Order: sequence, then C-alpha cells, then structure tokens
Amino acid sequence: MNFQKIILNLQEYWGQQGCLIQQPYDMEKGAGTMNPATFLRALGPEPWKVAYVEPSRRPTDGRYGENPNRLQHYYQYQVILKPSPDNVIDLYLDSLKRIGINPQDHDIRLVEDNWESPTLGAWGLGWEIWLDGMEITQFTYFQQCGSFDCFPVCAEITYGLERIAMYIQNKESVFDIEWVDGITYADVHHQTEVDYSRYNFELADVPSLTAMFNMCEKEALQVAEYDLVQPAYDYVLKCSHLFNLLDARGAISVTERTGYILRVRNLARVVAGKYLKQRKTLGYPLIKDEALRRQLLDDKEA
Amino acid sequence: MAKDLLLEIGVEEIPSAYMPKAISDLKDNAALKLSQARLNYQSVNSFGTARRLTLIVKGLDEQQTDAIIENRGPKKAAAIDPEGNPSKAGLGFARSQGMDFNTLKVREYAGTEYMYAVRKEKGSATGKVLPDVLTDIIHSLSFPKSMRWGYYQFRFARPIRWLAAIYGDQPVELNIENIASGMHTMGHRFLSSGLIEIKNVANYREQLQEHYVILNQQERKEIIYRQIKDVAAKAGGEPMENEELLDEITYLVEYPTAFYGSFDPSYLEVPPEVLTTSMIEHQRYFPVYNQAGQLLPGFIGVNNGTIDNIDIVRAGNERVLKARLEDALFFWKEDLKKNWDQVVGKLDSVLFHERLGTVREKVSRLQKNAASIAGQIGGIDLTMTDRAAFLCKADLLSNMVYEFPELQGVMGRYYAIQAGEANQVSNAVYEHYLPRFAGDELPASLIGTILSLAEKIDHLTGFFAIGIKPSGSQDPYALRRQAIGIATIIMDKQPGIDLEKAIGDAYDNLAALKLDSTREAVVADVLDFIRQRLRGILAERDYSYDVIDAAFAVPVNDLEDIEHRIQAVADFKKSPAMEDFMVVYNRANNLSKSWQSEEVEEKVLQEDTEIKLIKEIKTISPQVKTSIDHRDYTAALKTLVCLRPYVDSFFDQVMVMSPDPQIKAARLGMLKIIANLCNLIADFSKIV
Repeated sequence: MNFQKIILNLQEYWGQQGCLIQQPYDMEKGAGTMNPATFLRALGPEPWKVAYVEPSRRPTDGRYGENPNRLQHYYQYQVILKPSPDNVIDLYLDSLKRIGINPQDHDIRLVEDNWESPTLGAWGLGWEIWLDGMEITQFTYFQQCGSFDCFPVCAEITYGLERIAMYIQNKESVFDIEWVDGITYADVHHQTEVDYSRYNFELADVPSLTAMFNMCEKEALQVAEYDLVQPAYDYVLKCSHLFNLLDARGAISVTERTGYILRVRNLARVVAGKYLKQRKTLGYPLIKDEALRRQLLDDKEA
Repeated sequence: MAKDLLLEIGVEEIPSAYMPKAISDLKDNAALKLSQARLNYQSVNSFGTARRLTLIVKGLDEQQTDAIIENRGPKKAAAIDPEGNPSKAGLGFARSQGMDFNTLKVREYAGTEYMYAVRKEKGSATGKVLPDVLTDIIHSLSFPKSMRWGYYQFRFARPIRWLAAIYGDQPVELNIENIASGMHTMGHRFLSSGLIEIKNVANYREQLQEHYVILNQQERKEIIYRQIKDVAAKAGGEPMENEELLDEITYLVEYPTAFYGSFDPSYLEVPPEVLTTSMIEHQRYFPVYNQAGQLLPGFIGVNNGTIDNIDIVRAGNERVLKARLEDALFFWKEDLKKNWDQVVGKLDSVLFHERLGTVREKVSRLQKNAASIAGQIGGIDLTMTDRAAFLCKADLLSNMVYEFPELQGVMGRYYAIQAGEANQVSNAVYEHYLPRFAGDELPASLIGTILSLAEKIDHLTGFFAIGIKPSGSQDPYALRRQAIGIATIIMDKQPGIDLEKAIGDAYDNLAALKLDSTREAVVADVLDFIRQRLRGILAERDYSYDVIDAAFAVPVNDLEDIEHRIQAVADFKKSPAMEDFMVVYNRANNLSKSWQSEEVEEKVLQEDTEIKLIKEIKTISPQVKTSIDHRDYTAALKTLVCLRPYVDSFFDQVMVMSPDPQIKAARLGMLKIIANLCNLIADFSKIV
C-alpha cells in the first residue's frame, strides 16, 4: 500500500465514523495537536469529531537527509473524538485493518505514555501503541489544554504515517517509502530535508529570530485583547515555531529555555481562556441537546 | 451457607508500574471494607493483568453478623428533671432514635452519666449490602496518576469498560458511571472476541485461560521466566536476570510467548551497556549472554499471544531493534572521532546552573578539589588525578549520552580507553558518578574515590553557598543523594580525609562566584547535612537509635570511624558486661554531672575504698585512652568495667557529698574522671 493510499484509507475510515475531514492548518507547527481543530476544539463542553493530516516540523530532529529514521518535517494523521467514545480503542484497531494491519497477525501493545506539552500547558494520559515492538501511534485522553481542564475529555489518536508506511512497505529508510508508484518519499522531501537542516542548524539568524519571537509575543497579546481568538492563536504558533528554531540553533541555554516555555504557555493560556469565553457567548452552537445547552449556558462556573 | 464472590474491574490497559500496588490494595481494601460491613469470609485474594483487576472472596457468609449499636445522647442530668421525669431533651433524643424513653440506658462516659440508645441490629442478607461494599472498594483504589474520560467525573488509572460482579450464582448490581455490572468478562484483546458469560466463580479462571488470559500474576511471571530461560538455552545462552523487567512484562501481556530474535553480530562492536540499555529501556527485551558472560547477537522478546504469529512478530521486532542499533553504531563511530580535549573546552557552552557557572567551570573546580583531597591522603599520582578530573564530564557532549543520558560515565570510560588514556584515568571517569543510587557500587579505585568525593562536595557546597538546600520533599538538585554518596564512601572506603577541610577547600574554589553564605556557615551546614545522612544510613543498617545517638553526641569529626564505634558499643550492649559498665557509668555520671573539674587532691582522701579507687583510676586511665586512640573501643569498655567493685565499695563506704568541701571536691573529681573516660567513647546517658 503506497503512502498516498494509506492516507486516503484513513480519511475514508474516519469519515465513515462521523469525523469531519479537515485540512492541515496553514502554519508551521510541531504536531497535529497544535492545529486549532485540536488545541481549541478540545476545550469547552461542545462535542467534536475531526480527522486530518498534519505536516509537522521539529527543527532539532533534522539530519540533513542522512538518517533513515529522522526528519525535521514529517506527517501525522490526527484524530480527535470528543467526548471519547467507550469503544474508542476498538475504533482505532479497526482503522489499522483498513491500512492492511490485521491485529491478530501481530503483537499490538498499549504501553503507558503520559503525554505532556509544556508550551501548550496541555497533558493527558494514554499509551504509545506498539506494533511488533515499534511505536506507530500515540493515544491520549486529554486532561488539560491551554492550562484549562478538559471536560468532556477527548481522545486524541496520532498516527506516525512514515513509520506505518515503512512497516507496511517493508522499507528500512523513510526515504524509500513509495508515495505513489514510481515516486518515493525522497523524490518529494529529500532535498528539502537537506536544505532545512542547513538552515535550521547553521544559517537561521539568531538576532532576527529573537526579535521576531518578541514581536509575535506582543502581537498575540495585543490581538487577544480584542477577543480575536484564532488571529491571536496564529501568533502563539509563530512563537512556538520560532522558539523551536532558536533551540535548534543552540541559541537557548538551559535556564533561558524555561523562560521561553513559560512565555509560550502563557500565550496559549490567554488564547484558551478567550476561546472558552467566545464559545459561551456564541451559545455553544455545537451542543444539539437543548436542555444541556441551556444548563451549561446558565452555569456561572463554565 | 457461604458462597464465593467475584469482582472483576475491566479496564483499558493500566500502566504496568501501577499494577503491583493496585492488586495488593484491592485485597487489603476489600478485607477492610468487608469486615467493616460485618461480613465474614474464609479468604480474600486479588489478581490482575493490564486489562483487569479481579477480587475473589471465598466462603463469604450469606448474612452480616448482628451488631449492637450504641448511640450516646444528652447527659442524664439534662435528660431527667429533678422530679425524675424525662425532660424535653430526653424525649427528643428518644424520638430521634425511634425508641421509647423508658428503654434508654444510662452509662458513664468520661466520668459523667449519659443517656444511651442501645439496640441490636440484625445483619442483612449479604446480597443486599454487597452493591455498596463493592462500589466502595472500587472507589477506594488510587493510582500515582488518574484520569477522567468521556462525559464522566469518576477518576481511575485508565477508563473502566466493564464490571463483573457475582455472588454465588447471582449478579451483584452496581454502577460506575455508565458501566453496569454483569456476569460477563472479556478475553484476550486480540485472540478472543465479544463478551464471555461467566458460568460461576469457580470456573472463572479456567474460562479466562480458554480465552488466552492467564489471570494469576505469579503464574504469568513464572511462565515468562521459564520461557525466556528455555529460549535462551536453545540459543546457547542465559538471559539477563532482571526482576524489574520481568515484572513489567508480566503486566504488559496476558498470554506470554517468548521468542528469540537476532541482530547482526557487527553491532556487538558497540559497548554492551548501550546494547542492553536499548534492548531493555526502549524495547523491553531480555539480553542474552553466552557462558563467558559475553552478549550474544540476539534478544528475547515476549509476544502477547500464541506461537501462531511468532514469525511475523519476530521479524518486526528484529527490524525495530536493527534501526535502533544502527543509530547507536552511528553515534559510537561519530563519538570515537572526537578530540576529547577540545570537547572539554566546549563544555563552556553547557550551563551547570545559572549561579554556579558552566560545566567547564565546574570541571576546573573538580580539578582543584581533587588535588586538595589527594594532597590530604598523600602518595597519589596527581597528574592522573588531574587528568581524570579534566575528562570526567566530556561525555556529556557525546552523541551517545545525548541519546542515553543514563550512560553518562559509562561512555566516558569507553571514550577514555579508546583515546589511549591510562586505566586509572578511564576508571575514575566512570567511578566519579558512583554511587548513583542507594546500594549502588562504590568507586573501586583510589582516584575514582577522590574524584567522586570532589564532585559531590563541589555539588553540595556550591548549592548550599547560593542558599539552595533541600526542604521537605523538595530536593530538585538531588543534594540528599549526593550527601548519602559522600557519607557512604567515607564510611565504607575509609579514605582517611578530614571532611571539614575538604568542604572548606571546595568553598574556596567557588571564589569566582557570587555567593550568599559565608565559608564558616556553609562548612558547618554541609558537614551537619552529611552527618544527618550518615545517621540515616546507620539506622538502615539496623543499629538502634539509642546507640547511634550516643555515638553522635560525642563531638568527633572523624566520620570514617563512627560505624566502628557504634558497632563496638552495640556489641558491648548485648554482652553481660554491659550491666556492670552501666553501674559504673551511672554512679559516676549522675553525681558528677554538674561538676566540671577532674582535679583530685589525693592527700585529703582517707577512707580505704576511696584510696583504692583513685589508685585503680590512675592505673586504667592511660589504658583506656590508649585503647581509644587505637580505636579499640571494646577493650576500653572492658577496662572500664574493672572499676565496678571499686565503685561499689566506694559508694558503700563513703558519702560523696561530704560536709568538708575539700573532700567533696576530691571525691567528685574522681567520679568526673570516670564519667569523662566513658564519654570519650559515647554518651551513655542516651542508651536505653
């Protein structure tokens, strides 16, 4: 099964499970969790089911295209089910069958993983899912997001698409993955891996990036003042990515690191708070149970 | 007729580290709640896998035992008026208890008479009270981290997905959020499907086994252990003995099948610690050794399933390990290209602590500390010591330690060997981190011991000097562990150093930094901190607290000697001579406590027994002191025991507190000498 087909099968499967099939968010981010379709929608009382591919960037993981297992840009397949359904693990295992992995033939394990994103003020409990010893998915029940408690709790399923494709196609290098017949992952991404590694590690201009971080932080806070949730959140994402770039350049010492993380977390918390308020003002339109909707709107606490 | 009870909490996979405590809590809490509910039973047991926690109570009575319920009401004086009629308060209490006033009893409580409502409560049918008891038991379980799911408020380690609750052949009805109990269970996640009707409690375990679940954790563990032994034997080796890994796997699989996988022998070029760390920490495999103790190019994994899919599972696991070992080999080769002298220079870009400078600065301090400790001991190769101190942190900038932080020191030694450093240097690089945890090995070499002390003393002194000390459970820089390391080395390696001087020197080596506390204060605090840890270690070694207190009450700084002294006192305390000694000590010490002088004007002594006593004191005094100088405390104690007959006769014949102040002074002086001799060994007034 080629890379493209794996994605299409997952899209079809989760679409059939009632998920909205959204598209990647149009900004740099470290993981699918940072897409507002997860970060914001995980907050508040409204139900939400979504699935999407997310191109993700982790500048420090760049290896100039020389390491068969590491990339500074890769793809996640992200599913959010809110509230988490009782049969959520069975739903996930069925999705594996759709991409040619029959659980009966393999050793599939759920191994404890406590997920935490200090920059987003988010954490949850769940597992790494192992396929014959290889981690192919992260499964998390969100407990907090943007420093607010999540209720109802959503399940987040994040597939590592390249790892799954390597396994299915029996490839030892990520670059050998067949995207479609006759075109490999290397054809699509190898040169960009080389170029970005060089930029991230060697050329990114530290003073400019530092100035940009400060500007984006200021902009995020200023935009948030006007209760413009997603425009403010865009600048949180920019800050997060700029922080990652500075980190890859080795420009952040251990102590400064904590400071930067706290600054981004603070922005994430401000935006999360604005989002919660905004949804309430809008009257929680995604709650179809009228009695529950009324009750939540009357609730002073929420 | 008693019947058996089954409760199974079906969950999504609980972290394996939580399981041992969860299983034992389930049993203990159930025993407690059942007895609180006045339910008698023959036995209670608990079992668990990642997907279930099971309670089995055998021979549970069908009826609660009867109980006498006593409720205290108002004071008798308030309940009955002077004419002997019930008061308003008295009648009110009777009404609230649903009883007639005349049936109330009068009983004394804390010296006052009160009205009591006493009635017999008949036990209910067990089936009636079980729903509440079982719900209570489930609520009583707690975990290091717990979570909510879906729309529910209840917290548990992972979501609860089913509940089985059966008493005899009847269901016990209870609910946890949306989950209603039933008489069904689930088998293996992949080898069984759908709900399984539980026929009865007695058959439950066999039914699970038919559906590929081995319920009993002990049985599972033994199966895994036997399987990995067999698999290793077939490959011509022995699996690594690793209890922790065995426990973890026991709670990761419900139906274990061990298998052997191979990797290319060329990866054996990488140091074995790297290979085993990768296998154990990342993949939960058992490494395999040949008869000569060398790693075989293979591993043992444990499939959660049968032998049927083992070839696919093996191939998958081999691929994963290969990718990891490929990474490790790459790091190893890259690291071997490094010039470690240059790497040490780059440590100036690694911050140790914002107020204590970079790791490069720390290395300079370690060089100085090590030199001064080596100077104290004498006869040490200072060039080697300095070289080891210079190199000991270099591996922090290796690819391998970046990837496997727990291998710091271990890798440093390999890189030093590969770079052609002397054995003493490379060993000391490894040993300077020792001991890393309680019960860990201590540095074997002298230079390693010196460097380990230099490192730990710098660490403690530095943080104390900038005002960072552990408080309560807060100890972010692991200062307690460092101090325990120092105490253990001092006590067990006996390097022969003056710790106070070493701490003072370490403080002086911090001179370039801005510090909060004075040298005097830091030295005193650090020394005291280490002494406290030392007391803790000695208590863990089963010395009794009174003996430890007695030895620590003596103002000696020689910590190397302290266990020896405590051992001597503890042994002596068990011997018959102890009684005689304590008579001597107590008689001498009690009277002379507030007397300071050891002066004895012999010519004022006239009585026969006091003349004999001073003579004996003068004979044994130098013997006792010599024994103490030679650290032979047992001999010193035995010598002091010789005083018993002289002391007894002395007290029989004379009044110490003579009206003649000169005689009194001489007699007290003698007693003071005896007390002081005893106190050179320990403060025996603390012995109980």
